[in-house]
Amino acid sequence: MTVSRFRNILFIVVAIVSLAGLTDAAYLTVQALTGETAVCGGSPDCFRVLGSSYAKVTGIPVAAFGSLAYFSVFSFATFAAFGYARARLFLTLTVGAMFLVTLWFLYVQAFVLHAYCRYCLFSAAITFLLAGLVIALPPSQDASDA
Amino acid sequence: MKRYLPFIIVAVVAIATLGSGAMLYRARPPHRLTVPKDKSVSAKGDAESMHVRGDPKAPVTLEEFGDFQCPPCGSIAGFLDELVKEYDPHLRIVFRNLPLSMHEHARDAALAAEAAGLQGRFWDMHDVLYREQATWSKAANARELFESYAGMIGLNLDQFKKDMEGEKARARVDSDQERANSLGVKITPTVFINDYQMGPTDKTPEGLRAAISAALKEKS
Repeated sequence: MTVSRFRNILFIVVAIVSLAGLTDAAYLTVQALTGETAVCGGSPDCFRVLGSSYAKVTGIPVAAFGSLAYFSVFSFATFAAFGYARARLFLTLTVGAMFLVTLWFLYVQAFVLHAYCRYCLFSAAITFLLAGLVIALPPSQDASDA
Repeated sequence: MKRYLPFIIVAVVAIATLGSGAMLYRARPPHRLTVPKDKSVSAKGDAESMHVRGDPKAPVTLEEFGDFQCPPCGSIAGFLDELVKEYDPHLRIVFRNLPLSMHEHARDAALAAEAAGLQGRFWDMHDVLYREQATWSKAANARELFESYAGMIGLNLDQFKKDMEGEKARARVDSDQERANSLGVKITPTVFINDYQMGPTDKTPEGLRAAISAALKEKS
């Protein structure tokens, strides 16, 4: 397998993995918009997290930003797989930002709210996987491409 | 064609995501509960067991199942009081205790409110508990705080402590929880206006005003 083929396969895997994150974030966005997170009941920890003040930024559910981020990752990975050079840079920056934000939200859950939401943990796992895949991408200008 | 393929793929995923989101949003009208006629708050014999704010003979009843440690309940508590004043004498509010097991101090808070109610000061304790929710929710020994609130609102402290442990307060809280179970209420805040449950997005000041006005129109 050539390096460029391996790189393209990784971009495709990143795109597919980001769809899983997009599904998760989109579901949470709809839950927030229908007011289902603005009550107490059901899974205690999920509501403690999703109903907290940390779940919104200027009134917009954090999940909506997550949906946008995952969609961006999917888009950049798709374009990168088709050879658009700059898409890889944007992909790296977006995944990097998501990684840092994920660390922040894990800190909030662990040390501020003392509660974990399984949907948020799933998203964190997806983000860490994406970060690993992006790190594993071979450099773009590789002389061994055949 | 290959040049446009990534744009097509991204556009398809965008449309699929937005479409699925819209379908999910529309497909989730919450299951709205209604209170059967025989369990309606205007049924005879219920008056003495209710905590009522506003004119007891008001044509519109807003029945709230609340948990004192529930943050969304704390949020609506403030404007429910304003609504009673705004719609006086046409609106009354009935509060039912529904302490959820996920909230460590919720049952004690409910008992504190009922104990205050036995000295005729339920609503004063209700207001203090919601106002100070952020403080006592995280306290290791919330009971001490409840006793300080009791002192603050001028209750007989010894009687308050005794009543918190007593059968009457417990029976009141249990009775409200049984009512919640019988109606299928599992989350807080759950709000009924004239026996019809308000949806998740209706529990805003504007949503409640619209529902109260509609209920008033129906009664006139």
